[in-house]
Amino acid sequence: MKKYTALTAAGGAVLLTAIASGCTSAADDSVSMDSTNEEKVIKVSYLVNDGFQQLDDLFNKVKPEFEENNPGVTVQLDPITGTDADYTNKLGLMHQSASTQPDVFYQDSFLVRSDVAAGYLLNLDPYVSEWDEWDLFDEGAKGAGMAADGSIYAVSNGTDTRGIYYRKSVVEEAGIDLPWQPESWDELIADVRQIKESTGEIAFNTYSGNGAGEGAVMQGFFMFLYGTGEDPLFDNESGKWVVGSQGFKDALSVYETLFEEELAAPVEEAADGNMWQKVLGPWIKDGTVAATIDGSWVPRMWGSAGGDFEWPEYQDEIGVAYMPNQAGDGIVTLSGGWTFAIGSETEHPQESFDFLKTALNYENSLKFYTENGQIAVRSDVAQDEEYQSANQFVPFFTDLVSNTHFRPATEDYPRISIAAQQATDDIMYGKVSVEEAAAAYDQAVIDIVGEENVIRK
Amino acid sequence: MNTLNRNMVRRLPMVPSFILLSIFMAGPIIWALYISLTNTSLTGSKALNPDFIGLQNYSDLLQDPEFPNSLWLTLIFVFFSAVVGQNTLGLLLALSFKTASRVMRRISSTLVMAAWMLPEIVVAFAAYVFFNTDGTLNQILMIFGLDPVAWLFEAPMLSIILANIWRGTAFSMMVYIAALDEVPEEIIEAAKLDGVSSSQNIFFVTLPIIKNSINTNLMLITLQTLSVFALVYTMTQGGPSKRSNTLPVFAYDEAFRVSQIGYGAAISVVMIVIGVFFSVIYVRLLKSEGVK
Repeated sequence: MKKYTALTAAGGAVLLTAIASGCTSAADDSVSMDSTNEEKVIKVSYLVNDGFQQLDDLFNKVKPEFEENNPGVTVQLDPITGTDADYTNKLGLMHQSASTQPDVFYQDSFLVRSDVAAGYLLNLDPYVSEWDEWDLFDEGAKGAGMAADGSIYAVSNGTDTRGIYYRKSVVEEAGIDLPWQPESWDELIADVRQIKESTGEIAFNTYSGNGAGEGAVMQGFFMFLYGTGEDPLFDNESGKWVVGSQGFKDALSVYETLFEEELAAPVEEAADGNMWQKVLGPWIKDGTVAATIDGSWVPRMWGSAGGDFEWPEYQDEIGVAYMPNQAGDGIVTLSGGWTFAIGSETEHPQESFDFLKTALNYENSLKFYTENGQIAVRSDVAQDEEYQSANQFVPFFTDLVSNTHFRPATEDYPRISIAAQQATDDIMYGKVSVEEAAAAYDQAVIDIVGEENVIRK
Repeated sequence: MNTLNRNMVRRLPMVPSFILLSIFMAGPIIWALYISLTNTSLTGSKALNPDFIGLQNYSDLLQDPEFPNSLWLTLIFVFFSAVVGQNTLGLLLALSFKTASRVMRRISSTLVMAAWMLPEIVVAFAAYVFFNTDGTLNQILMIFGLDPVAWLFEAPMLSIILANIWRGTAFSMMVYIAALDEVPEEIIEAAKLDGVSSSQNIFFVTLPIIKNSINTNLMLITLQTLSVFALVYTMTQGGPSKRSNTLPVFAYDEAFRVSQIGYGAAISVVMIVIGVFFSVIYVRLLKSEGVK
């Protein structure tokens, strides 16, 4: 009995400490609440990590600029350190209460529709309609921030495209003529086998598995899937999700080949969500990776002096190739990109939008596009000399925009993407056959959207 | 009437703890129970207008092939890292301290305590770095000419079990040091005079005397280990391919990565039930001991 009393006392002590600390933080809040009466505070939340400092740089430049032009408004920068997935989770939780929801935040475009459905994003129609620079944004960019109701909820700060980066010397040594451009999947696999033969290392990296998250489909599986035919994921005409397609199985079969024959990265490395840091860092530099599917933003990582990925030699050592489709009669690329959005519960919508406008003005857009390797979505900045000459690959990736696919703009996409990531995860580990993985994916899609919203192809 | 009043007054000091426990213990449990009966999600229209779906999440859970896997891994984790690892090691340390020199006692208890005093996340990172393919353990192995092993990939369960033993042994050790101090010297001496060997002394005299402490300790570390999250998530994220996907990590994954808060809540409710189940067994054991 004595022990229980002691335990209760200990538990009570813990609770009291918790309450006491709760009180102190509540007191802190009330202090800042008071100050908002005299001065408006805008909280700006965004992602920061080893490979992504550019937005932090930008906001630290925009903050004093904005505060000088808007007396009485203070910008409170709230950088969130972590992976994309950590950031998404944290932001989702911050949206649960008006007291934690940021006023302005960095929002991945694929989450716009589902977050609008959740009521987290402010409708920006009244604000963009009075913004004289809004017409400079291209249609794709406007679509990225649009929800099912046709209203604008987020403003794009650049888009991206994807292709194959390869080490010229490594590919050449394997007996392949430069510039390397496989014309079909068969040719791609044959070349990759030849490279493997020559180096014995990672011949072709494609991201895969649950750890890599959205990267596993964007810089990975969907680059194959979208090469199998028209609308292989989501049927635009009927507005239904595709299940039971041969294309899905074919794309999984390529994954099976790549991992089974160890043409891709070893599974224990590919399972790590941070593998991209090795791929784009030490591995590509020393030739451990001969080729990788990656996004248009990569050259700025190699080009930024003093950064973790600095590698000036990339200008001579790296070549780029288009991702071929299955049949060999076309190329594949995907576009994503991020946006700025405003919290639905904000007390200062006008000031928040003014901040967003400042962050997206000509000068700041140019800075972000060039430093972060983004493809311009403002037509005036796209013409800028500095933008066009930011690195030698800008024309290659900008031209890809005309062939690009955007992810299905529906609120179910994020969960369906996770089901596809699971399929690559199971294939990568050799846990199931292609048939089984495809069947599990089909079932997952039906569970998410319902039998009436799928179409068999 | 008078006795009733006296009883009320006697119970008065319990009121604050009752209120606190209701708010901070019962509150979240009831909330989780409620959420688990809905299809609440972190994003999408079900975040705004969740539906009440009854026991749907629970029946889905029973059909989810990941659930038996996760349950099994959790039981393995609890049994080997807490019941076997922490408990036995803690007891052995406490017993050896009885005869160890003062200096040895100081040094080893400080070392064991260090892992206990550090925040869980720091322990988790230290363990991650230790077991990593380029980590400390492999560096040591290479000194002896052995090949490095991708521990977190090849043996995820073993890695998290060892890490949790390292982290939690200090707690058992302290419980047993305190318990052994309570064992009357006279009984041990008397047994010795009767010609009992020192190992017999431990098994037939000391352990029966501290049996209640053993049970209490087992209950506490079982419950602590059932809910270990940061350690596993930091070291393996439940992987590779869900081979270390214990229930807390499974719940987190479903609630936040897959955005199904309702389903994640159902998994946590099941965890509460498992915790209650173990507590009842241990409390029964304690009680039956008391009756004797």
